[in-house]
Amino acid sequence: MDKKWFTISVYSENNVGLLNRISGIFLKRHVNIESLNVSKSEIDNVSKFTVVNFITEETAHKIVGQIERQVEVIKAFYHTDEETIYQESALFKIASDLLFDERQIQNIIKESNAQIVTVAREFFVLAKTGRRGEIDEMHQLLKPFGIMQFVRSGRIAVSKAEMPITALLNEFQEH
Amino acid sequence: METTREKKTEQSKTNTIKISGAEAIIHCLLAEGVDLIYGYPGGAIMPVYDELYKFQDKLTHILTRHEQGATHAAQGFARVTGKVGVAMATSGPGATNLVTGLADAQIDSTPMICITGQVPRHLLGSDAFQETDIIGISTPVTKWNYQITHAAEIPEIIAKAFYIAKSGRPGPVLIDITKNAQFEEFDFSYKPCTRIRSYNPVPKPDVKAIDIAASLINAAKKPFIVYGQGVILGQAEEQLKALVEKAGIPAAWTILGLSAMDTEHPLNVGMVGMHGNYGPNVLTNECDLLIAIGMRFDDRVTGSLETYAKQAKIIHFEIDPAEINKNVKVDIGVLGNAKETLELLLPKVKENSHEEWHNLFKEKHEIEFDTVIKNDLFPNKSGLTMGEVIEEINLASKNKAVIVTDVGQHQMVACRYAKFNQTKSNITSGGLGTMGFALPAAIGAKMGAMDREVVAIIGDGGYQMTIQELGVIFQHQVPVKIVVLNNDHLGMVRQWQELFFEKRYASTVMVNPDFVKIAEGYHIKSKRVSERNDLKATIQEMMASKEPYFLEVKVEKEDNVFPMIPSGASVSDIRLK
Repeated sequence: MDKKWFTISVYSENNVGLLNRISGIFLKRHVNIESLNVSKSEIDNVSKFTVVNFITEETAHKIVGQIERQVEVIKAFYHTDEETIYQESALFKIASDLLFDERQIQNIIKESNAQIVTVAREFFVLAKTGRRGEIDEMHQLLKPFGIMQFVRSGRIAVSKAEMPITALLNEFQEH
Repeated sequence: METTREKKTEQSKTNTIKISGAEAIIHCLLAEGVDLIYGYPGGAIMPVYDELYKFQDKLTHILTRHEQGATHAAQGFARVTGKVGVAMATSGPGATNLVTGLADAQIDSTPMICITGQVPRHLLGSDAFQETDIIGISTPVTKWNYQITHAAEIPEIIAKAFYIAKSGRPGPVLIDITKNAQFEEFDFSYKPCTRIRSYNPVPKPDVKAIDIAASLINAAKKPFIVYGQGVILGQAEEQLKALVEKAGIPAAWTILGLSAMDTEHPLNVGMVGMHGNYGPNVLTNECDLLIAIGMRFDDRVTGSLETYAKQAKIIHFEIDPAEINKNVKVDIGVLGNAKETLELLLPKVKENSHEEWHNLFKEKHEIEFDTVIKNDLFPNKSGLTMGEVIEEINLASKNKAVIVTDVGQHQMVACRYAKFNQTKSNITSGGLGTMGFALPAAIGAKMGAMDREVVAIIGDGGYQMTIQELGVIFQHQVPVKIVVLNNDHLGMVRQWQELFFEKRYASTVMVNPDFVKIAEGYHIKSKRVSERNDLKATIQEMMASKEPYFLEVKVEKEDNVFPMIPSGASVSDIRLK
């Protein structure tokens, strides 16, 4: 079975140690996590893990099963890139004088739809949101001028299909 | 006004009392019906031990000689009773010594709770004396774990711990309690936990899946059941027997399924797996329907997955959704507690006998009997075999004993030849293969079933891993029977070296002490047998003894366990010699 990019979404309680428990399942199978994001979800007091991996569907299926087995996990899903809408964010810190000395940088900013977050005497900060490839491309373009700092977030994603967590929680309430 | 206030005071009297966290822990354990725990004290758990001292008439604490012994004793207790076993230890090394037992309980689905002391909250993360991150360490080997840093959390967390440990697919839970939380006082009240919103321990049986399973069973010409511990944990022994008898299906056990069904039942055809019986293994690859009940297709059961039961349709009765299609792709998974699902299945299954198919198992048994079993049980060489010792124990116990085994050759021999007519009677470390398991597990098993005979069968290697627990047997006069099958080798590893490493016996020859003298040092009645003529009478004497009894049997040094599926080979390529 071919490896593909899979986005694993985990809805869980917001408890100390759960990140360790979930990441341990990837560790146990010797799977490297490509990107990880933890945030609140659409439901109050329910956390959402978004984990991206380059794995076979079979592995994705088994990992999701073993994640769901954890007591504090409500439900987990896996999706291919085609089945999700996903983005990442990046920040570039660049020396301020370049903004004036290198005309090309202004063009890069315009063409890439990046935002200038702040301009200070010493540096300015660019924010770019998009797919991994777009951010990588911008990184390549800016690299020759010198990047003081760079950081990229984990992937955040929503699935095109429904992830019926609310129904699941309601069902629990009714019991 | 006056009445309301009176009412309130009364309410607080009945529902809450101000006590320390340490005392609260004892009340929680008592509320969960615990009257026996195993453990080892130390700095960070001393407030709890101080309360144990005060409550010793209600809650017995057994001081094991090592924390690992406490976990295995708790496991032995849990496996024989079906209740949650409880072990306790201090922080740091006390806590890390629990890890093997936790891992063992995790992989063998044993309900156990470990309570550890921890440094005070304000010292967490500071590398304080005897501080270790036991939550981080135990996460992969626990079903759930939690660190309590305030006394007020104690009742809810301990209630949750018991619920999680025993419900659904059982497992170990570790609760780490900082010392400040043990001292703190709070208003105590206890309510057992009955559900957790993120946790669905027993999936509801799917009637459609059961219908499909029934139609596959009714259409099968050569159906074959492999049952595991899920039958015992789900209390589905009667339902399994009813299914086997109604549909006339030969059934084989996995190592942990053993004793779920009477070993003498004519349709109970033996053990599957690496050292299982010839027929059940070979015919796994000839059946047309494989019905797996409460088992998880461990690699020691399946051998090579590429050639495992490829010709057969497969039904998997299982409580844990993550196990379905994990190792073996199945045609239909039936989720749920085995008792419930089998009960729904039974009326839909037609009566059958499958005589011809069953005869194939008998034929294979005859082949195995002539080449292996005969020589194991009725040897005509001078050296004693492990098999004949087990057979004598069967005869002396009338198949009624609880047999606790360690790991290695003696374990495989015991699980092949020990006979059982009661469930929850085979206690062994199956999944993890923990040498040193048997002696402490036998202590727990005996204390959980004082009315039953408990026989620990141990190799000379594993025995020395937890031999210090003889101290518990001596101190509390726990009347277990300890049989060490001594071949002066790490026998199973030696067997592999002989077969697969050209007899390079690297570190498998044991230079052993005088085991009888060691037992005598603990004032345990002990004997050594090296001659066949003495075996029967000594085993009868041991079984008749009302006291703890140690028996060393000097067995043949270089015997091998057969049949054997070499690692990674197909079940049908099982070797008889």
